[in-house]
Amino acid sequence: MTGLKSLNKYFFRYRKKLIAGIIFILLSNGFQVYVPLLLRDGIDSLKSTVDYDQILNYALLIMGASVLSGIFRFLIRQTIIVVSREIEFDIRQDFWTHIQRLPLRFFQNNSTGNVMAHATNDVGAVRMFVGPAVMYSIDTITKFIIIIFIISSISWELTVYAILPLPVLSYFIYRLSKKIHHKFTLIQEKFSELTTRAQENFSGIRIIKSYVREQSEIANFMKLSQDYLERNMDKVKIQAFFMPILFLITGLSIIIVIWLGGNKVIDGAITLGELTAFIVYIGLLIWPTIAFGWVTNIIQQASASMNRLSKIWNEKYEIEDSVDTDHTISNIKGSIEFKNVSFKYRPDLPNVLNNLNLKIEKGQTIAIIGHTGVGKTSFINLIPRLYDTTEGEILIDGKNVKEIPLHILRKNIGLVPQETFLFSDSLQNNILYGLEDKNKETVQKVARISRLDKDVESFPKGYETILGERGITLSGGQKQRTCLSRALAIDPSILILDDSFSAVDTNTEEEILTNLKEFMRGRTSIIISHRISTVKDADRIFVIDDGIISEEGTHEELVAKEGIYSEIHFRQLLEEELQELT
Amino acid sequence: MAEVSSDEILGKAYDSKLMKRLLAYVKPYKKYVVLAIVFNILVAGLGPLRPYLTKVAIDENIANSDYDGLIVISILLFGSLIFQASIQYLLTYYTQLMGQKIIYDLRKKLFSHVQRLSLKYFDKTPIGRIVTRVTNDVESLNELFSSGIVMVFSDVFIILWILIFMFVMSWDLSLVTLSVLPALIYGTFLFRKKVREAYRDVRKYLARLNSYMQEHITGMSIVQIFAKEKSEEDRFAKINSDHKDSNVSSIFYYAIFFPSVEILSSLAIALIVWYGGGEVIQKSMSIGVLFAFIQYTEMFFRPIRDLSEKYNIMQTAMASSERIFNILDNDTFVNNPENPRRFNKVEGKIEFQDVSFAYNPDEYVLKNINFTINPGEAVAIVGATGAGKTSIINILTRFYDVPKGKILVDGLNIAEVDKHELRKHISMVLQDVFLFSGTIKSNISLDNEDITEQMVIDAAKTVGAHKFISELPKGYDEQVMEKGATLSVGQKQLISFARALAYNPQILILDEATSSIDTETEILIQKAIEKLLVGRTSIVIAHRLSTVQNADKIIVMHKGEIREVGTHQELLTQKGIYYRLYQLQYKDQEIPKTA
Repeated sequence: MTGLKSLNKYFFRYRKKLIAGIIFILLSNGFQVYVPLLLRDGIDSLKSTVDYDQILNYALLIMGASVLSGIFRFLIRQTIIVVSREIEFDIRQDFWTHIQRLPLRFFQNNSTGNVMAHATNDVGAVRMFVGPAVMYSIDTITKFIIIIFIISSISWELTVYAILPLPVLSYFIYRLSKKIHHKFTLIQEKFSELTTRAQENFSGIRIIKSYVREQSEIANFMKLSQDYLERNMDKVKIQAFFMPILFLITGLSIIIVIWLGGNKVIDGAITLGELTAFIVYIGLLIWPTIAFGWVTNIIQQASASMNRLSKIWNEKYEIEDSVDTDHTISNIKGSIEFKNVSFKYRPDLPNVLNNLNLKIEKGQTIAIIGHTGVGKTSFINLIPRLYDTTEGEILIDGKNVKEIPLHILRKNIGLVPQETFLFSDSLQNNILYGLEDKNKETVQKVARISRLDKDVESFPKGYETILGERGITLSGGQKQRTCLSRALAIDPSILILDDSFSAVDTNTEEEILTNLKEFMRGRTSIIISHRISTVKDADRIFVIDDGIISEEGTHEELVAKEGIYSEIHFRQLLEEELQELT
Repeated sequence: MAEVSSDEILGKAYDSKLMKRLLAYVKPYKKYVVLAIVFNILVAGLGPLRPYLTKVAIDENIANSDYDGLIVISILLFGSLIFQASIQYLLTYYTQLMGQKIIYDLRKKLFSHVQRLSLKYFDKTPIGRIVTRVTNDVESLNELFSSGIVMVFSDVFIILWILIFMFVMSWDLSLVTLSVLPALIYGTFLFRKKVREAYRDVRKYLARLNSYMQEHITGMSIVQIFAKEKSEEDRFAKINSDHKDSNVSSIFYYAIFFPSVEILSSLAIALIVWYGGGEVIQKSMSIGVLFAFIQYTEMFFRPIRDLSEKYNIMQTAMASSERIFNILDNDTFVNNPENPRRFNKVEGKIEFQDVSFAYNPDEYVLKNINFTINPGEAVAIVGATGAGKTSIINILTRFYDVPKGKILVDGLNIAEVDKHELRKHISMVLQDVFLFSGTIKSNISLDNEDITEQMVIDAAKTVGAHKFISELPKGYDEQVMEKGATLSVGQKQLISFARALAYNPQILILDEATSSIDTETEILIQKAIEKLLVGRTSIVIAHRLSTVQNADKIIVMHKGEIREVGTHQELLTQKGIYYRLYQLQYKDQEIPKTA
């Protein structure tokens, strides 16, 4: 249960409402418990009196007490359960604030689904504890105490016998719901197996059809469905006990009261009214008894969830401002230097970059080319500190990047990543993503440079067009040009393009590069590409191979060298030739 | 997220056409339904019986100091309890069993139907959506079949029984007590309606919250690159708080509803005390009746609440069943001819006669293709990406039908033969090796019982996969983890070769993988391919120099047309398209050979 301790600060934040809630519980229970006593007096009065007014009086009192109890019950939900939603909000907000600052490493090791599960299921389980579990615990305990006190004053002997079955009920509910929860997990496992199987089948439908395996696939799938059915029935076998046991035990309590209590009435030890009140009280105890078993489970699940959440809470930010950060830096000019930089993703993996040394002057355009998987993307990810170097250092304007405030560093670097990720939002909001103030002129300007403007003209809603599954799907090239616009919009001192034109046709690319030349005057740019056409005009071209710089020079120099660069150059000429054949 | 939201739109709760189709699935289980109804009538009566017995205890036993009678009543009460509990258990068990069996049947029908759909359907439909239909949508019908249909009877019977007992005991007190009923029914249905609306909001905001998180976790690098953590935090707070507010407003309805029900039942009790009490004083009613009535008021609430919940079950079921029937009504099949012609003995001759083909109307990817492959010949198809190579193998196996021209296998037009028989003579090895979860053995035999373990091993030996398979801890019984993650790309290819070989086809189609592998595996694969091609007609989409060199004939595709045909040497001397492709794709493969 230690995990749940960390919830105390949230409880403390809403202490006023919670205390009010507890008082409401006490008041509501007080009035509710008063009703059977009125019933007792009413029934007993029937034997001795013929006074209609007195009976009416009891009836009205019963109504009055119930209405008051009801009002407080309303207030309980409006305080305690509402607080549970407030706390859920806070926990989720804190969770989000936290994970936003976690390094990319975290997101690579944890699938989106996994992180989502924490934010939804685990937070949900904790809320069940904070709200219903807390409410029912207090409700149950106070109600129990008051009722036991009253009924034992009627007859303590009868109380003992009538109460006897109830702990058994609590225990059964606890055991049953635990077992059902377990069976339910087993069912979920089978269900996800079933889902996986269906998924595999539909993905591999070509193989299945070409080998004429449809029938055996159906048989396999139905075998799983059969297992699934059986697991469900396993659960049903236990779950079906729930209601009968509930009937049996509560019914048993009442029968005991009728039999023993009936005897006592005959003996004159208690009145008929008292017997009635007794039975109604037992009825009032049933729900709290069930809740007791149920709440125990909730607490256990919440505790497990809280532990999982704490694990994420304990994840380190890794990349953040530190004591070495020089907060006087408010701007970046743009010279970059790599000094003996080595990098690997995990200590147990080999180096991706090996002792790299490189200097880029402010205002220069350099290009990086090389085969897939040689470390080009890792190289540029180090500049905005998406990862930190394993060894060596990176200097910007002569300062170690770790000394530059993180948001200053990133706000001044326009990175166009290889994977074109856009938000399901309007085109305009995507382009202006990096800016705080939304300026339409900026949109026009950067879209012109990225040659996106012509495409947008054909969209009925122009820049207001919504992207993604709820709106339109852009082509690969349009996505890349939108990402480029987004990077240009922040007016960066350093622009980094990671293979950003792969889906753009060569003519458009040519135009964009011409436009960029104008835009990039005075800024530093790094262009990664597979295409010679993209890199040939760069001031300097670096060929990366196996984590090191293997060739370096201008286009002409490198073509003459007969190395990797000239090889790539030759192939691309051939490809172009082929394309032009009709 | 669009998929989720479109799936969440709920329509009407009752559609007689859909319901009729759904009930057809209940038909095989008529016996269960009858049994359940009989059980229901019994169970429903036993509950209201007990307050009546209590009345007897009070009025006759207690009033007359009859100790023994009290014991008899207690035993009767206990007996009815045991009886009710047992039947309740059986009832739950059998209705659930029926529900499970029905959804099993439905799932079988749906899955089998999807197996028959043509590739055209799979091209157009996201796989995730088909999966949802077969899994979740079928699942949401469970509740309808297991508790929905049968439990409606149960609730109605309980109410009927209570009414019978009450009216028999005292019709006028019944009327007085039941005067709260309209308010209870109205309140309950109003509550359901309000809560349903509130939940629609909750669902909407939850979907929004989830899609925001999903999207931003996926795109976290963009958030960080543009240093937008702070403003994203504010946006998240807005969405998070909409979600909270929608929940808080649904709390309000619950907070009103539950106490109101309690107040209503107290009102009923107060009425009983007032009216019944008066009758008791006049000696026209016994105290026991009063007592029984107090208990009946408590019993009324549950069945009414349950009935109101059925609306939700129906609504979800209708929405799901509509989506399911949509698939079942889809008939994008590659149809078999009614009287298929049969192959005598497949030799493996393939002819394409003026074949044109388009995935989308008028966007032809193959134009006037003509070629003949003689039995036993190995033909390589080469060309740049998008030249139409894959389309040729897609139509040869009748994954798609051709709108123009004819494809003949051993002189028979493939449109006139049974497509399954045709496919049995053709084995296909695709570029992306697809392994199913299961053992290595089952991946080679694809669970075909005609393929013995010995045949699996022989095939593996022939392609050179036996060595690494036997080195695995469980050999051929080793589990292939999700999509074969434990095996290397090359090993997976060898397994797919073994698969093709085990089926010993007359015609082999091979789409060679482009991905580069280590030299050792590369040599294994080259040898395996040579062995695969022996003694059968084969078409290879070639990416290996050795394959094109060994081919009897090379067909060069370019932009949907055949541009050059000949052997490796012939084509090289032509210095046409092939010559360039050779330099681009095959030339540097010479290096490891000489090295």
